[in-house]
Amino acid sequence: MKTILLLLSFCWTSGVFAQPAADLVRSVQSKLDRVANYAASGRMKTNVIFLKAPIARVQVYFKKPNQLRILNEKGISFIPRGSMNMDMSQLFIDPAGFDLLDLGSDPKTGWRIIKLLPRDPQSEVVLSTIYVDAAAGLIRRSSTTTRENGTFELEMTYGAYAEYGLADKVIFSFNSQEYKLPKGITFDYDDGTGKRSASSGKPSKGRVEIQYTNYQINKGVPDSVFR
Amino acid sequence: MLALLWIELNKIYRRPRTYIAFGAMAAIVWLIQLALYFDGQAYVDLLLSNLSGSFEFSDLFKSHLLNGYLICFVILNTLLIQMPLLVALVAGDAIAGEAAQGTLRFQLTRPITRAQLIGVKFAAAVVYVISLLLWLAILALLGSVLLFGINDLVVLRSTGIEQMQMDDVFWRYLAAFCFAAVALTTVAALSLLLSVLADNPIGPIISTMSVVIVFTILSEMNIPLYDTTVKPWLFTTHMVAWKGFFYVQADAEGTTIRGSIENLPAVFRSLGILLGYIVLFLGAAIYIFRRKDILT
Repeated sequence: MKTILLLLSFCWTSGVFAQPAADLVRSVQSKLDRVANYAASGRMKTNVIFLKAPIARVQVYFKKPNQLRILNEKGISFIPRGSMNMDMSQLFIDPAGFDLLDLGSDPKTGWRIIKLLPRDPQSEVVLSTIYVDAAAGLIRRSSTTTRENGTFELEMTYGAYAEYGLADKVIFSFNSQEYKLPKGITFDYDDGTGKRSASSGKPSKGRVEIQYTNYQINKGVPDSVFR
Repeated sequence: MLALLWIELNKIYRRPRTYIAFGAMAAIVWLIQLALYFDGQAYVDLLLSNLSGSFEFSDLFKSHLLNGYLICFVILNTLLIQMPLLVALVAGDAIAGEAAQGTLRFQLTRPITRAQLIGVKFAAAVVYVISLLLWLAILALLGSVLLFGINDLVVLRSTGIEQMQMDDVFWRYLAAFCFAAVALTTVAALSLLLSVLADNPIGPIISTMSVVIVFTILSEMNIPLYDTTVKPWLFTTHMVAWKGFFYVQADAEGTTIRGSIENLPAVFRSLGILLGYIVLFLGAAIYIFRRKDILT
């Protein structure tokens, strides 16, 4: 009896009785599939070592299959390369599909860790890791490694639009390239602070945080937005 | 004294040579504006080439970036290096020009001290500097804003980028122009000092130009030891401190703090050093002029 109980408890903790990874991914995907397009307003905060920028009001537009545009219609916002990956449906866009690797649950959060390996050898995405909140059927965190644009990480907080798999807050981390201009071009004023605060010229991690204020889902987005 | 100042201003503004500076400035500003109006995208692409690995830039971004505030910054960057030369044209002529024309001795027969004469010449040069800067403000700031509109200002430094919201920029230009007035007044004081030493205006004008050019090159050089000993005391190092008004503070997450200046004490220190140079040059000019034999 003791042995059976021990075996049962092992099975429970190791996720044998948990929802299979494929089903979990399918349920997440079906939520995202409900969104054909959206337009959303948001507040964008950019944190890159060599950039000082104010918080900006932006418009985010998405249209299936893979069009995403962040626009600051009135001011200036530095949009990171690969921001297209901010939309979770990008993970499942590969027509050849992907193989799943279930890594079990995160001991701290309980989120399921699933690796997605694209079957197409030419796929831009090399590997994605998603952290799925199985109870809510939502991706909470992801890490995507691409061929051209390095690795992106996403952290999502959900609210009113969770039923569509759309986050209220997205934190997008990306690799920022080195930045350096010759002093002979900029004619800098050396006020003594540049050496302390500015970029070392080496690549580093950048971070963009978008707090969405409202979504207009499946109301149509003109193609002109993405040009 | 006011009557004397009025006479000096009349002398300056009635000379056709004075307007060479105004004409040259207008030509340079209009050429830059014209070039950026028709080929601004190429300039923006060049500016952003270093950033294209990290960010993607839409046409909307580029059109917003190329706004009147940025154009004015580009013009100031170009012209505030050349403007000292235009100031030298007038200030270098103040005493040496009178000596060359043979009117200096006659001037000193009036019931004024030599120090007062230098003071009046200097005041007239300061008025000229201010009028040049007002002209520049009209052309570069007002003209660019009318031509290109306004938006956020992005300033590229050698190791970082500063972005200010459009409603946080205008006061910075006002402060920058006021600072530039002090910086150019330093050149006027230097030119006046050299003018006292000569009997022909060509010498002080060319000497001022040479000093400004050589010192500007020295200010841009990075040599160990020299960087911390000589460079901080060159007046040309501090003449570019107007840019300090466009360097903003940011919080721990890199968000610009509205209305802030990254290092205001450094800007004030630069202002203090320039004022010190003005007092030094003017004092030396008065000292030498009081002891000088006026032969013409």
